Amino acid sequence: MATEEASEGLVFHPMDQFKVEPLFGGDAIHWYTPTNATLWMGLTVVAIFLLLVLGSRGRAVIPTRVQSIAELAYGFVYKMVEDVAGKDGLKYFPYIMTLFMFILFANFLGLLPMAFTTTSHVAVTVVLALAVFIGVTVLGFVKNGASFLGLFWVTSAPLAIRPVLAVIEIISYFVRPVSHSIRLAGNMTAGHAVIKVFAAFAGAAILSPLAILGVAAMYGLEILVSFIQAYVFTILTCVYLKDALHPHH
Amino acid sequence: MEGDIAEMGKFIGAGISAFGMGLAALGVGNVAGNFLSGALRNPSAAASQTATLFIGIAFAEALGIFSFLVALLLMFAV
Repeated sequence: MATEEASEGLVFHPMDQFKVEPLFGGDAIHWYTPTNATLWMGLTVVAIFLLLVLGSRGRAVIPTRVQSIAELAYGFVYKMVEDVAGKDGLKYFPYIMTLFMFILFANFLGLLPMAFTTTSHVAVTVVLALAVFIGVTVLGFVKNGASFLGLFWVTSAPLAIRPVLAVIEIISYFVRPVSHSIRLAGNMTAGHAVIKVFAAFAGAAILSPLAILGVAAMYGLEILVSFIQAYVFTILTCVYLKDALHPHH
Repeated sequence: MEGDIAEMGKFIGAGISAFGMGLAALGVGNVAGNFLSGALRNPSAAASQTATLFIGIAFAEALGIFSFLVALLLMFAV
């Protein structure tokens, strides 16, 4: 259906950009095949390395521009973990910082023309979300033992409705990794598809000035969304971490 | 007429699921608007609540994204 659509309607199909393709030709994709997803995830790691390791290598008292960006990112995430998860959440700051930087850079690199957005794939975001979910659940049981289950027993509510609330709490607990991952992937897919739809309209001469304006406007919005989604993903991780450390309402 | 009734149903379903996105927009607007009206009454307390604002927006938005996902599934997966 996709090819039929492309030949009749738009110049190219807006969802073509999300195709996972082997880098070195061929069709078969095995688990070890280097694909464009592999390439862009690698580039994400390289970009983070350039910013955080090489950029701050000078350790100058008066930071250079790159160093101050790295310090800004560090301070931003540090404050977020401290505010939301509390002082004892700071032990897990390195993992949360890693998550934030990876998602932020994957989102931003996906905005480059001809780029591939790794975070637009549910397969990628589900791994990130499940890692948080399983990690936080294990951590909750290790730290609190069986009293971690107090998370589902809302003591501030009247006794009669507590069992009902417990069922709702358990359902909402297990929906967490779903919404956590789909939110990121959905936002990225939707935004990039809209940009490509506007770009495809530019093929018609009458529409092209309007379409280019639309692309520029959506691009600006997408830069904002890329940041906000990375922020939301990390702050929800902090909230879940807080629940695991302090399960009592 | 080409295509079949199932094909038509897919497109209609995807269109209907767009309503969900509009409703999520109402929800997000409600969260942000209420935050703003509270923040203007007490600006000194606003800065400490931006994290809560974003969490609220994220929860409201997630359901709109789910309906977008339903549309995508109907168009490309079913």
